[in-house]
Amino acid sequence: MLRIGSPEEIEKVRREILSRIDPGKTCISLCTGSACLAAGAGEVMAAFKEEIKKQGLDAVLDTKGTGCPGLCEKGPVVVIYPEEICYLQVKAEDVPEIISRTVIGKTVIDRLLYTDAHTGKKAIYEYEIPFYNKQLRLLIGDNSKIDPRSIEDYLALGGYAALAKVLQTMSPEQVIAEIKQSGLRGRSGSGFLAGRKWDFCRNAHVEADIKYIICNCHEGDPGAFADRRMMEGNPHNVLEGMIIGSYAIGAREAYVFVGDEFARTVENIRIAIGQAEEYGFLGENILGSGFDLTVKVSIDGGGYVLGESTALMASMEGRIGEPRTKYDHATDRGLWAKPTVLNNLQTWANVPLIIKQGADWFGNIGTENSKGTRVFSLSGKTNYSGLIEVPMGMTLREIVFDIGGGIPEGKSFKALQVGGPLGGFVPEGMLDLPVDYEALNEAGLAMGPGLIVADEQTCMVDMVKYYLTFLARESCGKCTPCRDGIRHMLKILHKITEGRGKNDDTALLELLARVQKKAALCALGQGAAGPLLSSLEHFRDEYAAHVEQKRCPAGVCKALSLVRTE
Amino acid sequence: MGKVSLTIDNIKVEAEEGMTVVEAAYSAGIVIPTLCHHEKLKPYTACRLCLVEIESRGRVNLDTACSYPVKENLVVRTNSAEITEIRRTLLELMLSHAPESRELQDYAKEYGANKDRFAKEASFCIHCALCVRYCNEVKGLNAVHFIKSGVRREIAFDPELASRECWRCRECFELCPTEALQAAYVLTEALASAAPSFTQEPD
Repeated sequence: MLRIGSPEEIEKVRREILSRIDPGKTCISLCTGSACLAAGAGEVMAAFKEEIKKQGLDAVLDTKGTGCPGLCEKGPVVVIYPEEICYLQVKAEDVPEIISRTVIGKTVIDRLLYTDAHTGKKAIYEYEIPFYNKQLRLLIGDNSKIDPRSIEDYLALGGYAALAKVLQTMSPEQVIAEIKQSGLRGRSGSGFLAGRKWDFCRNAHVEADIKYIICNCHEGDPGAFADRRMMEGNPHNVLEGMIIGSYAIGAREAYVFVGDEFARTVENIRIAIGQAEEYGFLGENILGSGFDLTVKVSIDGGGYVLGESTALMASMEGRIGEPRTKYDHATDRGLWAKPTVLNNLQTWANVPLIIKQGADWFGNIGTENSKGTRVFSLSGKTNYSGLIEVPMGMTLREIVFDIGGGIPEGKSFKALQVGGPLGGFVPEGMLDLPVDYEALNEAGLAMGPGLIVADEQTCMVDMVKYYLTFLARESCGKCTPCRDGIRHMLKILHKITEGRGKNDDTALLELLARVQKKAALCALGQGAAGPLLSSLEHFRDEYAAHVEQKRCPAGVCKALSLVRTE
Repeated sequence: MGKVSLTIDNIKVEAEEGMTVVEAAYSAGIVIPTLCHHEKLKPYTACRLCLVEIESRGRVNLDTACSYPVKENLVVRTNSAEITEIRRTLLELMLSHAPESRELQDYAKEYGANKDRFAKEASFCIHCALCVRYCNEVKGLNAVHFIKSGVRREIAFDPELASRECWRCRECFELCPTEALQAAYVLTEALASAAPSFTQEPD
């Protein structure tokens, strides 16, 4: 492939790619995201390839391993184009039948279709499935059409057209103005306006020979998998956002900070960077514009606390990854003390969309102060779980009951965990809260990437103990309230769940949580009290049952759940 | 260096630019409790005892006085009911490690901290990192450092360095607010585990 020398050529290349694709040719698209691979997608793909070879169908039938379309619960997911027939939980032994009955025979195999958990109704197409059609999939909707390891697939769908538009028609200042006007806010939780941050960095108060941008793809919340799956499923989209951002800010070096444990995510982003270099979207004189940029992958050493910005940058610099107190903004003194913009990958992923569709279009989606969509991972006790994308302003109830399909096995809903170990719990009575930065913050929650549903069989005291056990290991251990506060919270929770709780224990827990929230050094330490505080607020009766009656209402805490026989 | 004037506990204080709030307060005879602060070492902000209320541009925040740079018109309040509760709880947490520490006991008296509030801990260390930072910043040796993370964080001596350097130094022991019991223990451990070739010439 030749290096693309100008923005105009991108459209030519796209047409050339499209001219090689026969839109009427059947293509079996199989999700090869981490979840579907774990469910056996690798064997299914091998079976398809073997069967196609055996039957000599190469000329009429393509296969494609794609990014995650979302319904991980029912993986491996197969979509057959051009009809868009959706098959779920496909196994290798189903493959000959899919080819003979659906591809050749043009009939649908009933047992592989989506079956609604409540009505028993079947759905043939993706758009008929409530899990999908209640979402607004602006960022992840293309995942099932894209092989994340093929830049041609991304280009075919109009990829890098936003970059072309920027380089052809926009100054860096205009790009920043557009992002500002769109109202795009950082997707990592605090929700700072992305355009303002970029502006600060472009006009940094310090003399700097170089500026950096960082894409934070370090997702450590237990149970959350939105960021890594998005990056894994469509890495070029994030990369395009980073290139546009670098142009706007004046950065010549950019980094993707990602955990080694997300092996496929790391592989896919590395492949994408290599391809972007080859096509001239990265490197020197990008598309003949005179703008240079290199993107490197920085592998983190593991550890939840590295998601905190000062710890993240310390880790990238090769120092111990622990937070520190500082009074300079990263946009003035960030990575290696140079002006730096650190944004979550979901923030970067929105950039090409905003450039293509315009700030006004983007500003119409969402609530007054929270614009666009938000990608979450939905998991726990719901009928359907996976990767979802919803417009800001959708209520948590709609997410749990309309998209997630409610609680399985006729059980009742107890709580929605929002924001991971630094977030909190939403009881039934608060489910009408919208996905909105201010609304969630006011409720003591955080805009984290993971939503976990708990049903009546979940013990809230036990769940808090789980999060604190996680944090006891993942805190860096530097400051007193976080290290020793968590230590003693856990000790008290162990006592309570083992039937040795005393009446003043809940007050002591509250004191520790209150002090930690105010006194801890970093956002992790301050947020670590979140699950405990919100469980004490909404599920105090469960603590009382454990402490006063020595009873675990959900029957989870073993020491309190023994049946006595006379 | 220019001068800045700020208010600490309703007292006007003239300070040098570049000073921290703790330094400005000391210069005016106002004492803010500290444990991990040391004049020879960089601010570390870990013990959190020096948290004070800082009012700047109309916003009030809790921040560590040992690190906060003085600014013109800053308003600092070193005590409040909220701050007392925080300091008392922090002291109680630290006293679960080192109930005998003089320094902690003195502060405990001042803030009404109960040394038996929390269950006793096996390690004496309160993680002020004075030994670790002194060895790094002043001695340039890094013979003592932290290992592990979270609640398991603890100090440890590097056996090779310790057997070469720590015998004759041990200056860090004197800095320890908990009488260096933990340091003595882990140093002994390091020396015991040092390979013979580090400590003596072979026959």
